[in-house]
Amino acid sequence: MADIGTDSTAAPFGGINARMSFGQRVRKDFAKNKLIYMMLSPAILYFLIFHYGPMYGMQIAFKDYTVHLGFWGSPWAGLDNFKEFFSSYYFGRILKNTILLSLYSLIFAFPAGIILALLLNEIRSSWFKRSVQTITYMPHFISLVVVVGIMFDFLARDGLVNHMLTSMFGIEPIAFMREAGWFRILYIGSGIWQNIGWSSIIFLASIASIDPSIYEAAKIDGAGRWKQTWHVTLPGIAPTIIILLILNIGQLLSVGNEKILLMYNPITYETADVIGTYTYRKGILETDYSYAAAVGMFNAIISFTLLVVANGVSRKTSETKIW
Amino acid sequence: MKVTSGERVFGVFNMLFLFLLSLTSLYPLIFVLFASFSDPAQLVQSRGILLFPKGFNLDAYRMVFMNPAIGTAYLNTMFYVLVGTTVNIILSSMAAYGLSRRDVMWKNGIMFMIVFTMFFEGGLIPAFLLVNDLGLLDTRWALIIPTAISAFNLIIMRTAFQAVPVELEESARLDGANDFRICWSVVIPLSLPVIAVMLLFYGVSHWNSWFSAMIYLQDRALFPLQLILRDILIANDTSRMMTDISSSDQMPIGETIKYATIIVATVPILCVYPFLQKYFVKGVMIGAIKG
Repeated sequence: MADIGTDSTAAPFGGINARMSFGQRVRKDFAKNKLIYMMLSPAILYFLIFHYGPMYGMQIAFKDYTVHLGFWGSPWAGLDNFKEFFSSYYFGRILKNTILLSLYSLIFAFPAGIILALLLNEIRSSWFKRSVQTITYMPHFISLVVVVGIMFDFLARDGLVNHMLTSMFGIEPIAFMREAGWFRILYIGSGIWQNIGWSSIIFLASIASIDPSIYEAAKIDGAGRWKQTWHVTLPGIAPTIIILLILNIGQLLSVGNEKILLMYNPITYETADVIGTYTYRKGILETDYSYAAAVGMFNAIISFTLLVVANGVSRKTSETKIW
Repeated sequence: MKVTSGERVFGVFNMLFLFLLSLTSLYPLIFVLFASFSDPAQLVQSRGILLFPKGFNLDAYRMVFMNPAIGTAYLNTMFYVLVGTTVNIILSSMAAYGLSRRDVMWKNGIMFMIVFTMFFEGGLIPAFLLVNDLGLLDTRWALIIPTAISAFNLIIMRTAFQAVPVELEESARLDGANDFRICWSVVIPLSLPVIAVMLLFYGVSHWNSWFSAMIYLQDRALFPLQLILRDILIANDTSRMMTDISSSDQMPIGETIKYATIIVATVPILCVYPFLQKYFVKGVMIGAIKG
């Protein structure tokens, strides 16, 4: 299945005898692959420093970090930061907002790409199909700053959307970006606009890899297009859907912080503030590093746990798995 | 093959739906384009859907191009894109080459170490403090080194490199080529589509990045375009750009400046991706995640 991770079909080590001792094998491998290890070393160093470094640095969540005492000198604080976070007024609110935004994305945005891929698959005219693809990919390449900037402009009280609503339906202007009640809809809706085309690519590729003879067999059995989609295409891309679903569940708590930071304002915090934005405000703006690191660590641990659980469930029920 | 009437009706509605979807994807940017060329005064009066520019006026573009802050930011962004993407591609392709070879003893261990970082991370604050401790804060390198390699892109490249036939590598080795040589003269030339997609992915991520710049940079002289754009579009701060205009004109032209800045910041990217579209499939994890 998915070998994102290690690949189990690796050929036996060329010229390296299995009966050699571990030390001998290490030395022989290094002598033979010296240049390869040299080429790998910048990447290894990069991941050690910039990814494992911060993991090691997470321990400040258990400290009372101050800049002048530094990473090593700051005193330990046990679980104080976590206790403070769990008992704070914000804990419930940001957890709820984070989970709701993720769930709505999963329910509304995730299937959008699948549906678009299925619809595109029914198009016979190749230039029409290609044009739709090119155009729907476009929003993916527009920066978040511009996307949110356009939203502010179109959705302003005197903006395009309100103008249309007023002139067509006589609706009073709504300050969309300044009302907490609109935030989730706008966040999810603009997310679909940005990503529907791009997320269809992987499903189209997956559809293309389905064995044509299965369709032939279905046709002989009298299946029309609809039955072929339901009984051949969907089962054919199910593993891809499940893998992406697992990865999405692993990201459940990491909703688009960058986009929310651009979109929200104190008036909409009530529905818009999530774990990531709260970490940013506490840590970067208020320089309460240890407390913010504890919030971030909570996020990382729950996310990883969710991923492991989702992968385990899928492994048991469908044999599709990331590892 | 016989087509039932139900299927024919579906076909028509499907095309109609996809046409409307395309229109929805495209129109916001079309509107911005038309608005940017419009006459500010007429634009403010109309406020509705634009099917063509209202009047014709290039003042907004003149002001955008004359603006020193935008000019500096544009050059900065060019630097981040060019240097950043070069670093990305060199490091990623060397690592992808190493990880795509078959008989490397520690390969699986190194791969695991890299993949794990996709699922578990230290988080914003420890990363910020690390960049601070390394003395990268408020330097250009803060936008280049911490994002030197994307694990996701590295895996895509590795998958592509694995598809290069072993025979070619072996015959090059017989001719006396070492691994550097094989990577550069055999594997990379045979993987150009994926390299092109990686150039695009890395390039776009540098071009569009603003968050790292916001947390790591203080000095406005180092700001990339997106950060300036954020001031103009979201903090609604066009005043900095219009100091030489009489105050009565400020409001309307401020609007068109916004639109012109969006176009100037967005169009370069939009001119590139359609040419690479047929290779995008290679850029999704289809090799790694085979259905």
